[in-house]
Amino acid sequence: MQWEIVIGLEVHTQLSTQSKIFSGAATAYGAEPNTQACFVDLALPGVLPVLNRGAVERAIQFGLAINAKINSPSIFARKNYFYPDLPKGYQISQYEQPIVEGGSIGIQVGETEKTIRLTRAHLEEDAGKSLHEDFHGMSGIDLNRAGTPLLEIVSEPDLRSSAEAVAYAKTLHALVRWIGICDGNMQEGSFRCDANVSVRPLGHEKYGTRCEIKNLNSFRFLEKAIDFEVERQIEILEEGGSIRQETRLFDANKGETRTMRTKEDANDYRYFPDPDLLPVEIAPDWIEQLRASLPELPQARRERYITQYGLSAYDAGVLTSSREMADYFEAAAEQLPECAKLCANWIMGDISARLNKEGLDIADCPVGPAQVVRLIQRIQDGTISGKAAKTVFDGLWQGEHHQDVDAIIEARGLKQIADDNTLEKLIDEVLAANVQQVVDYRGGKEKAFNSLVGQVMKATKGKANPAQVNAMLREKLGG
Amino acid sequence: MFNDSLKQLSKRLASREISSVELTTEFLERIRQLNPRYNAFITVDEEKSLAQARHADRKIAAGEMDFLTGIPVAQKDIFCAEGWLTTCGSRMLSNFVSPYDAGVIERFNQTGAVNIGKTNMDEFAMGSSNETSYFGPVRNPWDVAAVPGGSSGGSASAVAARMAPVATGTDTGGSIRQPAALCGISGIKPTYGTVSRYGMIAFASSLDQGGPMAKSAEDLALMLNVMTGFDERDSTSLQREKEDYARDLDKPLSGLRIGLPKEYFAEGMSSDVEKAIAQALDEYRKLGAEMVDVSLPNSPLSIPVYYVLAPAEASSNLSRFDGVRYGYRAQHYQDLAEMYRNTRAEGFGAEVKRRILIGTYVLSHGYYDAYYIKAQKLRRLIAQDFSDAFTRCDVIMGPTAPAVAFDLGEKSSDPIQMYLSDIYTSATNLAGLPGMSIPVGFGDKMRPVGLHIIGDYFSEARMLNIAHQYQLNTDWHLRIPQI
Repeated sequence: MQWEIVIGLEVHTQLSTQSKIFSGAATAYGAEPNTQACFVDLALPGVLPVLNRGAVERAIQFGLAINAKINSPSIFARKNYFYPDLPKGYQISQYEQPIVEGGSIGIQVGETEKTIRLTRAHLEEDAGKSLHEDFHGMSGIDLNRAGTPLLEIVSEPDLRSSAEAVAYAKTLHALVRWIGICDGNMQEGSFRCDANVSVRPLGHEKYGTRCEIKNLNSFRFLEKAIDFEVERQIEILEEGGSIRQETRLFDANKGETRTMRTKEDANDYRYFPDPDLLPVEIAPDWIEQLRASLPELPQARRERYITQYGLSAYDAGVLTSSREMADYFEAAAEQLPECAKLCANWIMGDISARLNKEGLDIADCPVGPAQVVRLIQRIQDGTISGKAAKTVFDGLWQGEHHQDVDAIIEARGLKQIADDNTLEKLIDEVLAANVQQVVDYRGGKEKAFNSLVGQVMKATKGKANPAQVNAMLREKLGG
Repeated sequence: MFNDSLKQLSKRLASREISSVELTTEFLERIRQLNPRYNAFITVDEEKSLAQARHADRKIAAGEMDFLTGIPVAQKDIFCAEGWLTTCGSRMLSNFVSPYDAGVIERFNQTGAVNIGKTNMDEFAMGSSNETSYFGPVRNPWDVAAVPGGSSGGSASAVAARMAPVATGTDTGGSIRQPAALCGISGIKPTYGTVSRYGMIAFASSLDQGGPMAKSAEDLALMLNVMTGFDERDSTSLQREKEDYARDLDKPLSGLRIGLPKEYFAEGMSSDVEKAIAQALDEYRKLGAEMVDVSLPNSPLSIPVYYVLAPAEASSNLSRFDGVRYGYRAQHYQDLAEMYRNTRAEGFGAEVKRRILIGTYVLSHGYYDAYYIKAQKLRRLIAQDFSDAFTRCDVIMGPTAPAVAFDLGEKSSDPIQMYLSDIYTSATNLAGLPGMSIPVGFGDKMRPVGLHIIGDYFSEARMLNIAHQYQLNTDWHLRIPQI
């Protein structure tokens, strides 16, 4: 039987506020346990939450970026359950009237483009961390993370493969970083995915029973977990079994998912509006202010790069995969609009390769767009060959000569021999020393010509412009 | 001196007739004598109180005297006070020393008042008789066989027995007004959002409101001047201009329209209470007031609505008491689930458990709409009833409680009977309105009767004026129990 895969993602993004969502404690990562937990985070008797306006603003900005509805009033609700790293015995989250409702995100898988609908995005606080080692059979609780602002972004079950799921997650990851609401650091848990996975016979309308896989903190794990889960479900169904609705955990070491809890032992969270927090009224002019503060979004830039700079859809897509890369490209292309494609090639080629090799982001690239522009100009005006440009780039990377392109060309002796007299003298010497090849060429052997070009280039130590050498040689031999 | 009003005490302090240390020592001595009989205080810390008194004396000497500087104030043990044991009447917090001050405590400290001790209360403010306290019941100074009311029974008893000139209370369904009525003192629950809830241990967040308890309306006004004001740490705190609650005390009452809801004067009120209330209303007629019949058709629903919403919020508010970070933790357990179970089974008393169970039930999947949502809708109707009534009158009056103080143990095995003690008071919490109680005489067994005055939002100054004018013309508030 042909099976269709149905996936919806829930992504927890940590919002980039300085302080927590309901207290003044800092959100910085990596502090000593419990040094960033104030009385509110510790849930002492009598303390009360106060909403961080910055977290609300970031959520609204996200909603605007995906063309969603911003709910006003938006309501905070308590999700009640007991766990030692949940100090109040409830998590402040949103249930009815989440801040963001609807909206969509365009993704690209290979050559195909697809629109993924979003269900909602709601604000909530993170829990603390339970540490089960080093406490002699007891558990330690670190509440530094408790109260960290999260935006939980829920998609519709519109994804049909692990590749689409990864593309969606990457696009979302790029978007939240692009608009500056989340640092996207997956190692530190700033961007975590839960995947709801089910399968159904192709053509069937009714969804299959789904399983939720929790806490996938890399795109690779997301892909592997979905692939494993899909295979597991299909195997069960093809053997005549049925899927049990449950929450599963992905074991990265074994590459498999296993049961965490079944629907039967699911909590009744007893959601109800938090009486300590008033419904959040979001005035239209606040929304407009935030809309105006948004940068040009990746989709818009991508389209502009195609029309304004004549880039291919693919190139435009790659260059807008992060705001840093797009800004880098734009800084270069603005200087050399007629050579925008060359700028794109450099960024996607040599620069990206070198960044990858060194494990750097483009934001940390030691060679700036101004140098790249100068480098391309020197290729364009014939000062250096394309091959030499790679050497100059290396010099720039090493920080030679204060990253002055011309100084590096000079110092490394990479200038092409553009002077016809010098070149003609060299050509004459080569022809005189290779009489046999001249004879062969005149006898119709094209290979001999290539050999002569090679000889001339060698004689110039590669500093001649091959096109120029070509032209002059043909003139001499054909003449 | 124990019968002095705040004005009189303040005058004595200002004129240096007496120092705060002397005044505090006098009250501490009286507490030492009387508290074993009434059990009004859970914690008395003479050193801490005297240190504050010395600080107040320095302030007075430096000419920085505020109105309450140097005055002893009894604090309900629901308010967190730095360095003080803060138990909320529960075994769960029987070892909890607060590391911070509640917003209300901060205000008293800033003005230089002296914390004379933490008063007994029903456990987590759940009760109408002060019998649910882990620290034992409080006795009514008018009759030690009688309950003082609750949950602010310790504060009411302390003021009635003159162990403190004034006290704080909190009121979720009547917890200031009902004990004030039963102990023959005055108490006011202001409009919701007027007094900061920061550091006031939550019972039902949307209903809880702090307020003063005192011997007279005038003292209440002066207390409110200190207790009220915006607190950015409480999102339900209202941002309003600071007002002087004593500003209208002396205004005449001619033309005052008093609304008498027919529902409050129907069945349920005992005849002794009815008689005292009728006399009080006659007094108001003499003072120039006019009686208007009004109706609060949904008021019979206030008890059922209250006993859905308050436990719902409480069941969640009390989840933080889990034995993990502070407070009581069970001695014996095998695993985490058992630690939670044993801690909460041993740490909470029966009434608290009952309300947690009710609250958990009404919020459960499948019952939420039928109970919680329905109750929220009725809550709006109850509030609407008051708005309609206030188009026809300035204040509403009736009895604070349906009967005088009952005996200890009389109702403790019948929760429904106990809950009906708040039949007249809980509607004002549901509507967020201010309500107060003043003593207007005595009923059976010479136990006090309280008159309930309900005002429109933010009409506290007017209500205090109405109460004060009555007290200028009567002496019920000056009667002192035989001790």
